[in-house]
Amino acid sequence: MPKKKVKKTANEKDIRHDGRKLNELRPIKIEVGVLGNADGSAYIEQGKNKILAGVYGPKEAHPKHLALPDRTRLRCRYHMAPFSVQERRSPAPSRRDIELSKVIREAFEPSVFTEYYPRTSIDIFIEVLQADGGTRCASITAASLALADAGIPLRDLVSACAAGKVDGRIVLDLDDKEDKEGEADLPLAYMSSQNAITLLQMDGMLTGEEFDQTMNLALEGCKQIYQLQKEALKAKYLEVKEAINKESEEQ
Amino acid sequence: MTSSVVAKVKQRRMADLVSLGKRLDERGLMDYREAQVETGVVEKAEGSARIRLGKTEVLVGIKIGIGEPFSDVPNQGVLTVNAELVPLASPTFEPGPPGEDAIELARVVDRGIRESKAIDLENLCIEPGKKVFIVFIDLYVLNYDGNLIDASALAALAALLNTKVFNYEVKEGEVQIKPGYKSLPIRNYPIAITFAKINDKLVVDPQLEEEQVMDARLTMTIEKDEKVCALQKAGNGYFRIQQISEAAKIARQKAAELRKLVVKK
Repeated sequence: MPKKKVKKTANEKDIRHDGRKLNELRPIKIEVGVLGNADGSAYIEQGKNKILAGVYGPKEAHPKHLALPDRTRLRCRYHMAPFSVQERRSPAPSRRDIELSKVIREAFEPSVFTEYYPRTSIDIFIEVLQADGGTRCASITAASLALADAGIPLRDLVSACAAGKVDGRIVLDLDDKEDKEGEADLPLAYMSSQNAITLLQMDGMLTGEEFDQTMNLALEGCKQIYQLQKEALKAKYLEVKEAINKESEEQ
Repeated sequence: MTSSVVAKVKQRRMADLVSLGKRLDERGLMDYREAQVETGVVEKAEGSARIRLGKTEVLVGIKIGIGEPFSDVPNQGVLTVNAELVPLASPTFEPGPPGEDAIELARVVDRGIRESKAIDLENLCIEPGKKVFIVFIDLYVLNYDGNLIDASALAALAALLNTKVFNYEVKEGEVQIKPGYKSLPIRNYPIAITFAKINDKLVVDPQLEEEQVMDARLTMTIEKDEKVCALQKAGNGYFRIQQISEAAKIARQKAAELRKLVVKK
C-alpha cells in the first residue's frame, strides 16, 4: 500500500501519536499455557494486538511423505480471524498469510533442536484475534513461548519486534496507523543468547545509516521482549508449584 | 524450493570450498553469473523481457488492463505481481496453485517495485475512484538453477522499461482505445541482491546446488539512490548483525553493476 504523508498529530517532537516515546514498546501482556488441548500455548496482547498461539507435537508426521529422516518437520500456520481488522477479512488464507507462515516457520527453525525428533512433525498454529500492526512479531513472541510450554528443547526463545521510520523519525514497535502512514517498517526476530537474527524483512525506504539505526532499535526491542517472555514462562511454573503445594497441604 | 537430497560429501565439499573463498563454478564469493537480458520477446504483451542468469531462465510478461482502484488510493493505478514456477522448469516444480515459494518470490519482487515507487501509479489513473490502469507483472520461471528472486526482479525491471501503454479517450464513461502508445512512467530502478550463507560465509547469486546446502538466504533490494527498499530473510538458518551490515554494503555495489544491464543511460 502506498504511504501517505503523516499529519502532525503529536505536539512534542519526541512523542508519538499515542503518547509513546520513540523507543518505547506498546504495553505487553503475555500468558503461557492458556489452551486445554494444545501441548503448549501462549497468549499475547501487545497494544491492541490480541494473538493466540498453540503447538501440537512432536507427533507422527501426517501425511507420511512429509516425514524427514533426520529431523522433525516444523509446520506453521499464521492466520487472521475474519473479525480481527476493520473490514471483514475472508477466512481463506491470503497470499500474505502464506508468506508470513513461511518466514515465521523459518524464524523458529534455528531455535528448535529439530534433530531430536526425526520422522515427526511439530505444528505451530497462530490465530490473530485482533490486529493492530506488528502482528507477525507478536505472533513469534507468543509462539516461541508455546513451543517452550510444549516442552520442546530450544536453543533459546525467539523474541521479535519491529522498528521503522515514521514522519522522519526512527521509532520502535509500530502500530497499524504508523505502519500504514510511515516510511518504512522493519520486523526482526532474534535469539538473544545466540546473537542470531532469524527473521528479517523490510519495506519502505531507508538510507544506509537509517537502516543500521532501525535494525539496532529493533534489536533493543527484542531484548526487552525477551525479559518479558522469561517472566511469563516463570509465572506459569510458579502457578503450577503453588497448586501442587496447596494440594499437598490439603492431604 | 521443494527440498531434494544432497549428498553429505557434496555438502561438505561446498562448505570447504566457500571457506577457502572458492565456489563450485570457480566464481568469486561476490561474483554474479553471467546475465543476459533480452526485451520485447513476447509481442502480444505490453512489455516483456527474458533473462538468463547462468542457467536460470525467467520470462517476464507485462499486461496492462483497466479496472477499479483500491478504495484507500482512488487516484492510483494498481500493481500486481504473480509468479509461476512452471513445471517444465525443474523436476521439483509441481503443477497446481502457487505454493509458498512462488508466493514469496512474487511478493519480494513486488515489494521492491512498490516500495521504491518504480512505477508512477498516479500517472495511471483514468477516472479517480472509478477507472485506473492495472499493471500485471507475471514472472514465468522457465529453467531453475537458483536465485530466482534476483533474476525475476531484474527481468521485471527490464520489462517495465520496455512496457507501452495504449492511448485512450473516455467517452460517456467508457474507455476507448485509440491508436498509438506511450511508455509506462518509470521513476526508479530497484535491483534485488541475494546472499546465501554457507558455512558462516556470504556468497551472492547462489546457484541451485548452493541453495540446497545454504543455511539461510537474505535478499536486499536497492533503489537508484542506494537506499534499501526491501528485505527478506529466508531459509532455516540465521544471520549475525555484522553479516547483515556487510551484506548491505556489498548489495549497494552489486546493485549498481546489475542496474547497468537494464538501464541504459
